[in-house]
Amino acid sequence: MFVSNIEDIPGKTITTCYGIVSGSTVRAKHVGRDIFAGIKNIFGGELKGYTELLGESRDEALVRMKAQAQQLGANAIVNVRFSTSSVAAGAAEIYVYGTAVTVE
Amino acid sequence: MDSLTIFLILLVLGFVFGKLAEGRHYRSIQAREEMLVRLPATSCKKPIGNSSPIGHAELVHGHVVISVDYFKQLLAGLRNFFGGTIQSYETLLDRARREAVLRLKESCPTANEILNLRIETSSISKGNSGDRIGSVEVLAYGTAIYYQQASPQHSRP
Repeated sequence: MFVSNIEDIPGKTITTCYGIVSGSTVRAKHVGRDIFAGIKNIFGGELKGYTELLGESRDEALVRMKAQAQQLGANAIVNVRFSTSSVAAGAAEIYVYGTAVTVE
Repeated sequence: MDSLTIFLILLVLGFVFGKLAEGRHYRSIQAREEMLVRLPATSCKKPIGNSSPIGHAELVHGHVVISVDYFKQLLAGLRNFFGGTIQSYETLLDRARREAVLRLKESCPTANEILNLRIETSSISKGNSGDRIGSVEVLAYGTAIYYQQASPQHSRP
């Protein structure tokens, strides 16, 4: 599966277009992580727990999007965009969308 | 009295550790940026000044969540009252963005160029502490390209 965030896959030509495909996840960490993040908020610096959380959910969303494209019979996704929104404190929604195409 | 003591302790802890952490982070960012200077990232959709055929392209991303310390949050709160630039948040966002781009580059060290780099910022723990930022997440994503003549093992110097 070729994925890119420009209008085409460099070095390939698009033959068929299948339309929008997307994947999303909403995730939260367990309370321990939230407490730890709260403490870390006093000292400042990277919140590793949240970085990990968002990384996992982004991978999950990408996997879901790719599965959807595969179901349509596409072999590439172009013009991919990410968006993040916080639904509640400690939970985040990751949304990934793009256009499923066939390339040669 | 007790709450005042706790407040002062938090303030001092935030100031000392925040300053140390920021200095350390900036040093690490600078060292890594120098190492990765050969891998250009552009916001253009086509490679600039190089028409060699592209062999392989892939989506790459890097992200980081960084929070401000307690002292800077208080400082920013005061600034909010008087108006003006909030420098403590400027450095926070600068650090987060540079770190995210560095992580993106580190995930594809053998690429030749990164096209269409996009940087997105979101505050993830808004609900916790009123309307203060607290912590931000920065996501950088783009398309890494590998030229045909350069095999992935030997990248362009």
